[in-house]
Amino acid sequence: MSILESTKQFAPAGTWAADPVHSNVSFEVGYAGVNTFRGSFTDFQATLTGGDTPSLEGSAKVASVDVKDEAFNGHLQSPDFFDAERYPEISFTATELRRNEDNTVEGSGELTIKGVTQPIELTGTIAAAPATDPMGRERLGLSLETAIDRTQYGVSWNAPNQSGGDYVGNDVKLIVELAFLKAAE
Amino acid sequence: MRILAVSGSLRRDSHNTQLLRAAIEAAPEGVEVELWEGLGDLPLYDQDLDTSEPVESVRRLREAWSAADAILFATPEYNGSVPGGLKNAIDWASRPLREAALTNQTVSVIGASTGQFGAMWAQQDLRRILGLAGARVVGDELPVARVHEKLDHDGRLLDAELFERLRLVLETLASAAVPLAA
Repeated sequence: MSILESTKQFAPAGTWAADPVHSNVSFEVGYAGVNTFRGSFTDFQATLTGGDTPSLEGSAKVASVDVKDEAFNGHLQSPDFFDAERYPEISFTATELRRNEDNTVEGSGELTIKGVTQPIELTGTIAAAPATDPMGRERLGLSLETAIDRTQYGVSWNAPNQSGGDYVGNDVKLIVELAFLKAAE
Repeated sequence: MRILAVSGSLRRDSHNTQLLRAAIEAAPEGVEVELWEGLGDLPLYDQDLDTSEPVESVRRLREAWSAADAILFATPEYNGSVPGGLKNAIDWASRPLREAALTNQTVSVIGASTGQFGAMWAQQDLRRILGLAGARVVGDELPVARVHEKLDHDGRLLDAELFERLRLVLETLASAAVPLAA
């Protein structure tokens, strides 16, 4: 990368894999019109490649959705929502990644949910530099978020509130906090 | 492709059952529609009876609903909603959670009434109930209003347009029920 370019290299060269214990893949959605509800996916993977042509891809197993209630987890996996049997994975591939001087990041990519692929825009932050953990492994943190309309992916179940409006919001925020470990060379 | 036809009415000369008999005739090529008649044999859902060895009628219900490639429901409307007997069958078929006969089963809903609304509310409720029970609800409602004017004394369908619409419902259901390639 030329030193004349204003943006920094997105991430140091090498392959970085998300450590599943210290990473989070979650979503936030309006609930009953009065508060924000959070849920997450516990089984996921993400790989970041640093260097001159950075790339990022990741996926989450729909069956691992966790909203703290077994019956509700089941409904989310049913055809009313994610239809886990037919569409077992949610996946993402970045098409562009930029890092600014202040370590904020921007990007774009393609998100696939329930078999529907849509372009999305991402914003977030990245650690200023990798750290070496007590076990001598190189670590790098990346936080990203995006906003989507779930109905564009066919995840459209809803019910009317008695006081008006919808029970579940259509605008969903996806938030991923990725704790990357550098893969062995 | 084998589609099970489930009527929400137990009455011998039920219009909804007659509508499903017409659906057997209207089935597109390659689609076989079979009427399921175990509704009246089921006990009221009781979790105490829902053991690993349920009574024979429940075992047969679960086996038949699970083995079908898809299910077509026809519902009358009682007091603005689904008949209790049909709801009871769905309750049995929705357990055990996530491994039930209705889990991911492809279903469609039609309905008939002698009034002018064609069991529309019952169909809307039935779609919602089936979705919550874990089924894949496809196609649109088919509200058949003033159904008694569309059937002859022997329960045969007189309305050619309705016959065609039944065929379209079955086509939509059959094409949605095709398993995804592995």
